[in-house]
Amino acid sequence: MINVGLIGLGKMGLSHLAIVNAHPDAKLIGVCDTANYLCSILHKYTGTQVFSNYRELLDQKPLDAIIIATPSRFHSEIVREALHRNLHVFCEKPFCLDAAEGLELADLADRKGLINQVGYHYRFVGAFNEAKRLLDVHALGRLHHVRVEAYGPVVLRPKAATWRAKGSEGGGCLYDYACHAIDIMNYLVGMPEAVSGAVLNKVFSQHVDDEVYATMHFAGGLTGTIAANWSDDSVRRMSMQVTLWGTNGRIIVDRQEVKTFIRAKAENTIVEKTGWDTRYTTDFHSDVWYYLRGEEYSAQLDYFLQCIVEGRPESVSSFASAAQTDCVISAILQNANDPKRRVDSRLTTPSRRGLLSSVNGALR
Amino acid sequence: MDRILFGDNQFFGINHMSEEKARAQAMRFGDLREIIDLLDAAYDSGIHVFMCTTHDRISEICAHVRLHPERYSELEFYPCMPYAHKYANAVTEHGMIEALKRFLPAEGTFSALLRGGLSIATRDIEGMARLLIDAEMKMFSGLRTPVIFLQNVVTDLLLGIGIKDAFRIFADHVHERYNAEPGFITMNMPRLLDVLEEIGIPNPIICANINKIGFRMCGGVQLYEEEIASRNFRPVAMSVLASGAITPHEAIEYVCRQKKIQSIVFGASSKQHIKEIKQHIDAFDGRAQNLVTPIVPGRRVSSNGIGWHQ
Repeated sequence: MINVGLIGLGKMGLSHLAIVNAHPDAKLIGVCDTANYLCSILHKYTGTQVFSNYRELLDQKPLDAIIIATPSRFHSEIVREALHRNLHVFCEKPFCLDAAEGLELADLADRKGLINQVGYHYRFVGAFNEAKRLLDVHALGRLHHVRVEAYGPVVLRPKAATWRAKGSEGGGCLYDYACHAIDIMNYLVGMPEAVSGAVLNKVFSQHVDDEVYATMHFAGGLTGTIAANWSDDSVRRMSMQVTLWGTNGRIIVDRQEVKTFIRAKAENTIVEKTGWDTRYTTDFHSDVWYYLRGEEYSAQLDYFLQCIVEGRPESVSSFASAAQTDCVISAILQNANDPKRRVDSRLTTPSRRGLLSSVNGALR
Repeated sequence: MDRILFGDNQFFGINHMSEEKARAQAMRFGDLREIIDLLDAAYDSGIHVFMCTTHDRISEICAHVRLHPERYSELEFYPCMPYAHKYANAVTEHGMIEALKRFLPAEGTFSALLRGGLSIATRDIEGMARLLIDAEMKMFSGLRTPVIFLQNVVTDLLLGIGIKDAFRIFADHVHERYNAEPGFITMNMPRLLDVLEEIGIPNPIICANINKIGFRMCGGVQLYEEEIASRNFRPVAMSVLASGAITPHEAIEYVCRQKKIQSIVFGASSKQHIKEIKQHIDAFDGRAQNLVTPIVPGRRVSSNGIGWHQ
C-alpha cells in the first residue's frame, strides 16, 4: 500500500483526491490546503487528517508519495522539499514557472531515483496515443506540419478574481491552456528547436493573456502552430484538436476520435483504409478502476502509482518532459516581446515602380 | 418509473463520440423549436419522461410545457443536477468561495458559514446543500418531477472522496421537499451500491452506463451483470449504444435481456432514431413477456418463471 498525501484542494486537487482515494494500491493519509473551511468539511465528513501547512503534513505523516495541486507558483518549492524527503511526486501542470528550475528538479528527481510525473493528462487519452502509435510507425511518411488548437470557456467577462488572473502566479491562457497544446505537440513530434510569431493577446483579462498563438520550428524542417483561447464559450469545456500533415496524408485527432486521410498512392501497410477513415474513443479507451471526468485522469494516477509499485521509471509525462514544455513556454514569452516586422503600406508594384523611376529619371 | 426515458445530451452539444457531431447538434438545437419538435416526437411515440440536466436552457423547455398543460398532460421530468460545468467554470473564474456565493440565493448564508471557520456546523453544510438543490429545482416549478437525480460528476466525486453523508442529505431533501425519489447517476455502480446500502438508502435508483462492450463501466461488464442480477436496486441503463459503437438492435437486446433493469434512457437527434429505438425496446420486452418457457427439469428460471436466462 502506498501512503499518499495531497496538497491543494482546488478543482484538480479534489479530483485527484477522489480518484486516489478509490485506488486499491493507495492510501490517502493526509491532505493540506490553506482554506480552513475546505479542510474542516473534509475532515468532518471523511475523517481524513488535514493540515494548513504543507511542511506539517510532510513532517507528521509517513508518506511514500505526494500529489501537488497548488497554484503553479508554489510547485517548485514544494517539489524540492518533497524530493529532499525522498518522496515520489506527482505535480500538476504547468510544472515550474521558471524553466531552469524545472530542469534542475527533473535532474534531482532522476538522480534520487524517485518517480516523478506531471499532470499532462492528454498524454493518457487513448485517441492521442493512437495518433502517436501511427506516427511512430511513420504512417504519415515525412511530417511537415502539425497544428494544435485548444479552445474553451474559462474567462468570458472582464473580471479578475483568482490566481489564474495573475501572470506572476502562473495564470493566463499560456499556463492554463496553451501548455497542454505545447505538451501534446512535444509528446507527438518532439520538442521544437525554435519559436516564432508568438502572440499573447488579452480579450477580457486585465493582467494575463486570454489567447496564445505561436509557430514552432523543429529539426528537419517540420513546423507547427499552436492556437489556444480560453475565452471561447462555443465549446462547453476545453476541447483540444491536433492535426498532422505528412507526405502520406493527414491525421486529425481529439479526445473522441482519430480521423486519418492516407493517400492511395502512399503504399501504406499500416492503416487499413486509404482515403478518410474515422475511429472512435470506444476503440481506444482502456478500463479504469474508477471513473470521474474521463479515463485519462484515472489512468495518469494509476500509471504514477504503478511506477512506484513496480519500481520502474516514469516515461510518459515525467518532470523532464514537463520541463521541456516549460522551456517552450519560456521561449514563447520571450518571442512575444521580440521586435515585429512592420507592414510597409507605401510599397508599390514593380510596374508602378518602373513608371515612377522613369518619371523620376526624366525629372532628374 | 417508466420503462423508456428520453435523455437530453444531444441538445447541449454533448456527444461522447464526436466533437464535430456535438457542434452540429449544438447549432441545430440552438433553436428551441428544434428541441420541442424532437421532444414532441418522443412524447407522441409514447415516451413520457424527459430526463434532463439542470442546464439553463431547460428552463425554456419547462416554460413551454407549463404553457401547454393539455398537450403534455402525461409528461414528467427527471431532473439531473447539477449541470456541473456551470460550477466548474465558475470555480475557475471566481475561485471556490466566490463561485459558491454566486449560486446560493441568500447572500448571508455563505458568509455566515465562512465566519464559522474551523467550527463549521454540519447543519450549515446541509443547509447549503439544500439551498443549492432548491436553486437547481426552481426551473421545474409547477411540473411533475417524481425522480430527481444527482449527476455523475458530483456523485462520483463525493463517492471517491468518501463524503457518504451527502447522499443521505440529497435523498432526504428530495423526499421531503419535492416528494420525489432520489436517483444517482454514476460511472462506478458497484462501489456506489455498496455505499448507498451502507448508509441505508434501500432499493436505490441508480443510473449507470450499461452496454454490451463495457464502455465506461468501472469494474467490468461481468461484475455489472452480476450486480444487476443479484442486488436490490433499480438500475436505469444509460449509454446503452456506447455512443454508437453498438448497433441499436444488438444494444437494446443486451439491455432488455437483463430483466432487472427497470428503465432505459437514451438520447437521439432524429425522429427516426427515436422510433427505431422505441420499437426495439418494445419488441424485446414483448418477446420477453411472451416467451414460453420450456419445461426442462433442473433448469433455472427467473423468479417469475418466465423470461430470459442469463
